[in-house]
Amino acid sequence: MPSEHIVSSFDTDLKEISRHVVEMGGQAEQLVADSVQALIKRDAELAQKVIVLDGPIDLLQREIEEKAILTIARRQPLAGDLREVVAAMRIANDLERIGDLAKNTAKRVLALTGEFHPQKLVRGVEHMSSMVLEQLKEVLDAYAGRDDARAIEVWKRDGEIDVLYTSLFRELLTYMMEDPRNISLCTHLLFCAKNIERIGDHATNVAETVHYLATGQLLTDERPKQDTTSLTSVPFPS
Amino acid sequence: MNFAPDTSIDIASAVNRATAPSAEPKLKVEKLNFYYGDNHALKNINFTIPEKRVTAMIGPSGCGKSTLLRVFNRMYQLYPGQRAEGKIHFDGGDLLSKNLDSTVIRSRIGMVFQKPTPFPMSIYDNIAFGVKLHESLSKSQMDERVEWCLRKAAIWEETKDRLHTSALGMSGGQQQRLCIARTIAVRPEVILLDEPTSALDPISTSKIEDLIDELKQEFTIVIVTHNMQQAARCADITSFFYLGELIEVGPSNEIFTNPREARTRDYITGRFG
Repeated sequence: MPSEHIVSSFDTDLKEISRHVVEMGGQAEQLVADSVQALIKRDAELAQKVIVLDGPIDLLQREIEEKAILTIARRQPLAGDLREVVAAMRIANDLERIGDLAKNTAKRVLALTGEFHPQKLVRGVEHMSSMVLEQLKEVLDAYAGRDDARAIEVWKRDGEIDVLYTSLFRELLTYMMEDPRNISLCTHLLFCAKNIERIGDHATNVAETVHYLATGQLLTDERPKQDTTSLTSVPFPS
Repeated sequence: MNFAPDTSIDIASAVNRATAPSAEPKLKVEKLNFYYGDNHALKNINFTIPEKRVTAMIGPSGCGKSTLLRVFNRMYQLYPGQRAEGKIHFDGGDLLSKNLDSTVIRSRIGMVFQKPTPFPMSIYDNIAFGVKLHESLSKSQMDERVEWCLRKAAIWEETKDRLHTSALGMSGGQQQRLCIARTIAVRPEVILLDEPTSALDPISTSKIEDLIDELKQEFTIVIVTHNMQQAARCADITSFFYLGELIEVGPSNEIFTNPREARTRDYITGRFG
């Protein structure tokens, strides 16, 4: 951020908002990691914890929004300051959604307990999750450092996650065809995979916001999207 | 304070970005230098004011924005020791050349000041006074003109029943709108507004901003303001002056969300004043 404002409490307000966003990012990241762990380890206790810990994230989002609105009303921020406030609100929204998706994944873990649970099926989800977590961590660092180049890297990499999700989708469909007893498990896993893929999308949203924050330009190019599951069908083996 | 090196300003492209489909230049300032005695108040200004647009000038006190406004209608000529060098193209002529009559210029380029300056006469006469200098109208034509400009200035409803009472009995906001009515009564092409709302309450301010929006359909408007949000709301183009130099010009949308110059950014975000 450039030199300080004449009204020093304006700086304090902006720093506070930004600090809250970083804190919220850390919490959302932890929640995603925990929900994936709960899924892989079939850990109901951890899943319960994730469900409870989504609450504080929602609370933080509301707090950031209130502070941002107050700052707009009180200080009429312009230029970089305005982008700072708008970016905080947008990122807080994305992080709140990420928290919700992690919570939904955790709920599915609870639904799965007791069912037949081959590691083979979970491995694909695990691989995808580690990529998404890396994306989330990178984009939050990009925000903390107002690092446009880093944000753009995240933005470009989302395509890889989409490819992985599409192949996972096909794989799970195949398992369902092989044995109808897999259907319940595979459907839950598919939703979990979709949740995680959506978290990746929110990470790219954050990347777009960081780009706007740093440069004042909106990313107008089409994001490289490679999730083709809406168009994918797997024929039933005859 | 860390100032970025001065870069040249591409005014034509800035104006085009703000005003597409592009507007004709109304006033074109070329290499303008202005001196108050030994004080070099405006330094090599190159600047274009597009027709039928609102152009805002912002900057800290003493940066030269009001000086430039005063040069536009040759007010400086009233004071000894003040001189301007350079050219201001206006409708094929040069505003600074001695050949042009100041009175004619001031009827074509009107000005409204920071403080309302009604004449100590009736509301009707405040308007008729200026008109009589330039045109000879019949009583009914004059009545029409007075009503027309009072309506334009959004003050007709408040004044129609007291046209022949003293203008000094009006509120500050009404007086300021009367001054705007008086300015447009002579049908100028350009209206210069020097902080027109700095002494007004928010409601009168809103009315005048609304009026500016309305007036730009017919007139070219230049406004000096210290209220950044006002420039962002009213102006198509915003220019930033600092220490007698024009630092940056651009579409208001860009200046207030993503200024190019560090000095502009620091000023509008309240980092120096």
